Amino acid sequence: MSLQLSVRDVTKRFKTGEGVTGISLDVTKGELVTLLGPSGCGKTTVLRSIGGFLKPDSGDILIEGRSVVALPPEKRPTSMVFQSYNLWPHMTVYENLAFGLKIRKLPKAQIREAVADALRLVQLPNSEKKLPGQLSGGQQQRVALARSLLLKPAVLLLDEPFSALDAKLRQEMREELREIQTQTGLTMVFVTHDQEEALALSDRIVVMNHGHIEQAAAPRHIYDRPSTLFVARFIGKMNFLEGVVEGSGIRVGPFVLPNEDRIEGETLVGVRPEDVILKAAEAGEGMKGLIKQIMVLGHYAEISVELEGGGTVRSFQPKDAVRELTAGQQVAVAFTKSIAYPKIGDN
Amino acid sequence: MGWYFRAVGTRRIVEFLLLTAFVAFFAGPLLNLAVLAFSGQWSYPDLLPHQWSLKWWSFVLSKDDIAKSIGLSFLIAAIVTALSIVICIPAAYAFARIRFPLKRFFLFSFLLTHAFPKMGLYVSIAVLFYRLGLMNTLLGVVLIHMINVLMFMTWIPTAAFRNVHAAQEESARDVGATPFRVFRSITLPMAMPGILVASVFTFLNSLDEAQGTFLVGIPDYKTMPIVMYSIISDFPSSAGAVFSIILTAPTILLLLAAQRLVSADVMASGFQVK
Ligand SMILES: Nc1ncnc2c1ncn2[C@@H]1O[C@H](COP(=O)(O)OP(=O)(O)OP(=O)(O)O)[C@@H](O)[C@H]1O
Ligand SMILES: [Mg+2]
Repeated sequence: MSLQLSVRDVTKRFKTGEGVTGISLDVTKGELVTLLGPSGCGKTTVLRSIGGFLKPDSGDILIEGRSVVALPPEKRPTSMVFQSYNLWPHMTVYENLAFGLKIRKLPKAQIREAVADALRLVQLPNSEKKLPGQLSGGQQQRVALARSLLLKPAVLLLDEPFSALDAKLRQEMREELREIQTQTGLTMVFVTHDQEEALALSDRIVVMNHGHIEQAAAPRHIYDRPSTLFVARFIGKMNFLEGVVEGSGIRVGPFVLPNEDRIEGETLVGVRPEDVILKAAEAGEGMKGLIKQIMVLGHYAEISVELEGGGTVRSFQPKDAVRELTAGQQVAVAFTKSIAYPKIGDN
Repeated sequence: MGWYFRAVGTRRIVEFLLLTAFVAFFAGPLLNLAVLAFSGQWSYPDLLPHQWSLKWWSFVLSKDDIAKSIGLSFLIAAIVTALSIVICIPAAYAFARIRFPLKRFFLFSFLLTHAFPKMGLYVSIAVLFYRLGLMNTLLGVVLIHMINVLMFMTWIPTAAFRNVHAAQEESARDVGATPFRVFRSITLPMAMPGILVASVFTFLNSLDEAQGTFLVGIPDYKTMPIVMYSIISDFPSSAGAVFSIILTAPTILLLLAAQRLVSADVMASGFQVK
C-alpha cells in the first residue's frame, strides 16, 4: 500500500499557548483514519493544517510524496467538509457543486455529468435546482460531501460533518460514508469526538489528548489494548481497580494478575464490563460483593456490584443470564481479561 | 350606537383613528401635491381644480437651469455613490473580518459626524475648503455629500459581510478559488443586499442634500433642492409641486426596489456596534 498522506512532526501553537505538538501520522491510500479526542484537544487544528487553513510552526506535510506545507488551500489536492456553513446560499445546488469544476475550466457537459453522478452517490438525485435554504441539515451536509467527492481529492478531510444531525440520521450518514468510501476508494481523515462513531467508521483511530497523539491503531486494537490510561478511560466503558505489584504479578483482591508491562509502584487495573464474570457467592473464590443495580439495556444487561473492599464494578451480561440475579444478592466477581496501568498522580 | 363601539372594542377604534390620522398626514399632502401639479386654475373653496393642465410641467422642464439642475443632481449622486462604494466597501470588509485595535473607535467615529449640528460642521469644513480652493468645485460638493453617508455606507455593509461565515469563504478556497475569486463569487454576492441598501440610501441622501451644497457649491453647482428653494419663492405653488414630484419620484422608485431586495433585518443589523 502506498503512502497517501504523511504528517511529520507537525507543531502548531496559537498565541494563547494552546495547539498541537509533535503530530506524526501516516495514512495509506484508501484508508479511513479518524482523529478522536475530547473537545479542544487539537483535532481541528491538525485537520486544518492538512487542508492549508493553518500554517504549522514546524514539521512537514506530504501528500502523495510531495510537500504541501507551502501551498495555499486552493492549490492543495485536499478537500474539506466543514461542520456547518459549507454551502453558498445564493447559489443553487448545481452551482455549488459546479463551482470548483468551473474554476478548473471543465467543459459544461462534463460538469453536468459529474454533478449528477455526485448527487446520485449521496442519494440526492435531481436536486440540482434547489437552493441550500430549501434543504434539511442532513441534505445540506450530503451536498457538501458531494461537492468534495466530485473533485476527486487525494485526501478528503471531514471535520465533524454529522455532529449537528440527530442520532439516527448521524448513524445513516455514517453508513453511507463508509459505503461511498468502499465505492470510491478515497483516502479520508475524519474528525470526531464521538468514540462510537470512530469505532464504527474507521480503519484506524488516532486518539488525541491535550495537543498530542496518545495512540494510533485499528479500532479493535484500541479497544482491546488501550496503550495509556487516558485511552482506556476515553474509549468504551472500563472498570478501574487499585492494584499492588507483588512479585511478577499485580495483586487485586484475591487475584494475582499478570504484569506484562513490568509496572512498578501503585497501579490501576482496567477491566471491560464484558470481561467481568459473576458467580454465586458460595462458588468460592472471587471478590465478594453485593448487587446494587440491574439495568436491562436491550439485548444485554448492566449489573453494578458493590465490592466488600470498597468500589463498584460494572458487568455486562446477556439478558437471559440475569434472570436468577436480584438486587441485594451476594456474588463473587472474577475477570477473564485485564490490563494494568501505572497510577499517575493526577489520575 | 353605543353597542356597536363596545362590540368592536376600544382597541380597534384607537387603531382605526391612528390609521386615519396617519393617512391624512402622509398621503394627504402627497395627493394634494399631485393634484396641484396638474392644475391649470384652482381657486380656494373648490375641492378640485377648475382646469387640468400640463403647463407647469412644460414650464418647469423648459427652464434651462431647472433641467440642468436635475442632470447635475443625478451626476453628483452617481459620483458620490460610486466613490463611497470604492472607499467604504473595503473598509466594511476590514471591519467585518480583520481584528485590529481601535476598531470600535473607528466605527464610532462615523457616528460623530452625525452628532453635531450639521451647519456648524459644514461651516468649519467650508473654511477648510476655502483654503484648499475647493469652494465652488464639483469635488467640494461631492466631498460634502460623502461626509453625510460615510456612516451607513460602512455600517450596513459591515453587518452584511459579517453574515458571511468563515467556513463559507474557506469552502470556496478549498474547491480551488483564489482569495480574489472568493471575494468576487462568494463574499460580495452574499453581502450584496446590504451593499445595495446602503447605496440606495447614499444616492437618495445625495439627491436630497441642500445645506452643504448651498454652502460649498454656490454659485455654479445648483442642485435640485437648491433650485427648488428659488422656485418656491419665485413662482406659483404649482411649479413647486411639479418640481417636488420630480424630486420625490426617484426616491420612491429606489426605495421600492430596495424593499424588494432586502429584508428588514439586514437593515436593522447594520446599526449594531459589535
Ligand atoms: N485560531 C485560534 N486561536 C487561538 N487558539 C485557538 C485557535 N483555534 C483553536 N485554538 C485553541 O487550540 C486548541 C485546539 O483547538 P481545536 O479546534 O483543534 O480543538 P478540537 O479538538 O477540534 O475541539 P472540538 O472537538 O471542540 O472541535 C483549543 O484549546 C482552542 O482553544
Ligand atoms: Mg474541532
